[in-house]
Amino acid sequence: MQSGSENTLVTALQREHPDWISEVIYAFGETTIVVPREHIVDVSSFFKSLPEGHFDFLADICGADRGPEEEPRFEVNYHLFSTTKYHRIRLKVLLNEEDTHVPSVTGVWRTANWHERETFDLFGVIFDGHPDLRRILLPDDWQGHALRKDFPLRGYEPYSLK
Amino acid sequence: MSATLPPQFEIVDRPLDTQMTISMGPQHPSTHGVLRLELVLDGEMVVKATPDIGYLHTGMEKLFEYKKYQQGIVITDRMDYLNPLGNNLAYVMAAEKLLGLEIPERAQTIRVLTCELQRIASHLVWLGTHALDIGAMTVFFYCFREREKIMNLIEAASGGRLTPSYFRIGGLMMDLPAGFERRTKQFLDDFPPALDEFHTLLSGNRIFQKRTQGIGYISAEDAIDWGLAGPCLRGSGVNLDIRRANPYSGYENYDFEVPTEPDCDVWARYMVRMREMKESHKIATQALSRLKPGPVKADAPKVVLPDREAMKTHMDALIHHFLIVAEGFDVPAGEVYQPIEASKGELGVYMKSDGGPKPSRVHFRGPSFVNLSALPVMSEGEMVADIVAIIGSLDIVLGEIDR
Amino acid sequence: MGLENIIAEALPEVLTTRLDSLINWARKSSLWPATFGLACCAIEMMNATSSRNDLARFGSEVFRASPRQADVMIVSGRVSRKMAPVLRRIYDQMPEPKWVISMGACATSGGVFDNYAIVQGVDKIVPVDVYIPGCPPRPEMLIHAVMMLQDKVMKESVRDRKDVPEEEARGAVVPGTLPVTDGSTARQNTLPESRPYTIASRHERRRSS
Repeated sequence: MQSGSENTLVTALQREHPDWISEVIYAFGETTIVVPREHIVDVSSFFKSLPEGHFDFLADICGADRGPEEEPRFEVNYHLFSTTKYHRIRLKVLLNEEDTHVPSVTGVWRTANWHERETFDLFGVIFDGHPDLRRILLPDDWQGHALRKDFPLRGYEPYSLK
Repeated sequence: MSATLPPQFEIVDRPLDTQMTISMGPQHPSTHGVLRLELVLDGEMVVKATPDIGYLHTGMEKLFEYKKYQQGIVITDRMDYLNPLGNNLAYVMAAEKLLGLEIPERAQTIRVLTCELQRIASHLVWLGTHALDIGAMTVFFYCFREREKIMNLIEAASGGRLTPSYFRIGGLMMDLPAGFERRTKQFLDDFPPALDEFHTLLSGNRIFQKRTQGIGYISAEDAIDWGLAGPCLRGSGVNLDIRRANPYSGYENYDFEVPTEPDCDVWARYMVRMREMKESHKIATQALSRLKPGPVKADAPKVVLPDREAMKTHMDALIHHFLIVAEGFDVPAGEVYQPIEASKGELGVYMKSDGGPKPSRVHFRGPSFVNLSALPVMSEGEMVADIVAIIGSLDIVLGEIDR
Repeated sequence: MGLENIIAEALPEVLTTRLDSLINWARKSSLWPATFGLACCAIEMMNATSSRNDLARFGSEVFRASPRQADVMIVSGRVSRKMAPVLRRIYDQMPEPKWVISMGACATSGGVFDNYAIVQGVDKIVPVDVYIPGCPPRPEMLIHAVMMLQDKVMKESVRDRKDVPEEEARGAVVPGTLPVTDGSTARQNTLPESRPYTIASRHERRRSS
């Protein structure tokens, strides 16, 4: 697999900016870097401009809720892909329940726009600096965030026309 | 004449008043589903086109968390309903990556064969509806005639025309029926003349060319920045195919080309998809010739359902069957991201498990979701009628966008 | 919608069986559907109109895009809560006589998706004449449903569907149409007080799903 080249990228980042990394996880053939919330834009630009990394393609931004009792509760995963070197890496940001603000990476990859709107819509994670943060999938007047673990599966009320 | 006009008829240049906002609403014959576009028009020219989605939001990602892993396969069919085997494959491969299962060779070959047939079927629907929107209604009927043959094959293998759920975690649902190989060979022999027929109908047609060339331009750097993948990216000249970049399910052993076109417009994406159908035909022929007898399920009794005969005669098989169906199997904790090359682009599944029989989070990165976000970039300055052509060339499926 | 009602109202005591059968025959032989394909069932609906299973043989020659020109609305696919007012609005825009076929399990009863986002059955929004089960139903099932609807149309009487006087129609408030907003939905920020479903229902407390 390509874990050799991803290891060099992680060591390059560790050498230059060690305070931008909280933790590195290698599992199932994939590399995950846990990044503190305030440095996510820096790490993203670093990886995008690194010549041997060249992560110019943001595949996905995915939020996850670990459950109401967990600390930190939310995580936001950024899946990066390089169209020239074909390797993948994941960046992860952990958030507490009270303070769900993350800087937006729309300045680095413009595709983050809709992905961040979806994560806001379904989890309530607020992206600072996003040009147009509003609901995208659920109706505009929906109360609550649907994919949180404490939102019931069937919602709060059955549908009625009134 | 020298009479002056009354003041209300005075011609005043008020450019802002010439703009009109209309809603190309959720119910529209050309939007390929329930998509709403807010168009700001200046006469016939589009100043800004903003998609408004969510009219088909089904909450599938929340449903996955309440269903066991094998029950979730059924839900993945309904996501991109033109390419259900692709969705199944991505979900099943993500679960297999977490479990660390090794899939037997016959199962991999059948997976490749059926996925390529499904890719041809998906492109046929794209071609039929795209041509129908532009005005060529004949192509619609011709494409659906070919698609019926493919759906008959998939129905013979799995029981479902549009929602097969053919793959299971660890292999396939069951082996191919008798006569499948002969019928598939018949279809694959009959397909190239049909493809030539579509070319005859559309590619040389000057009206079609005028309506698609030069429309919906997006440069290669913009396409990568906006996350486009699949035929939309290859139509802008970027040679990227997940089957070559991160090969899966044995694709590295097949001989096929990755078609790219340099023009970056609707015509380029049309040509890329037509050539892709030919390449899929090539891969399917190779896969069919490589079918060898063998098992179709992995050797993991705690995960894969046993044979019916074994279940009725052996006690341990019966116990495993009962446990798998009633309680599910525990998947090791962790997270994976499994990308595949679906017919529309990069379909990625992010699966996170916390060690139980139900996943903790399943997220589908739908290619149509990302392709549609680039619509405003592609459609600035185009005319309203071209918006229809651009949406057709993006090949969006609302089930995948809204999930 | 006018001439047959004028005739029927002008002759109140006369039995209208001959008139009924003539008009019903005309209506059932040219049921034009409104394009309301939502999800996977829409693809099977497209398959029902393609050359293998030809729905045009039964009178559904064209699928009208505008609901003002359509007779029957085939709701094919899952109806989400965001789409439900739109569905009702399209139904209201169709002129009488109109029928509704609910195609597929999701339109009939919510289908596989028993959750917050999908309306559990389109008959909560519009009155349905024929229900088709299946996920998705085969195109032959859709043709059978159209034939059942034709039998149902033949049994109707011309007195069943009356014209609504124009003044009454203009002032009517039809439930489910897009509301005239006064900003009240945006202002309400709290969940409603009585929430009968906050307790996990007994279905959710079952061990396996």
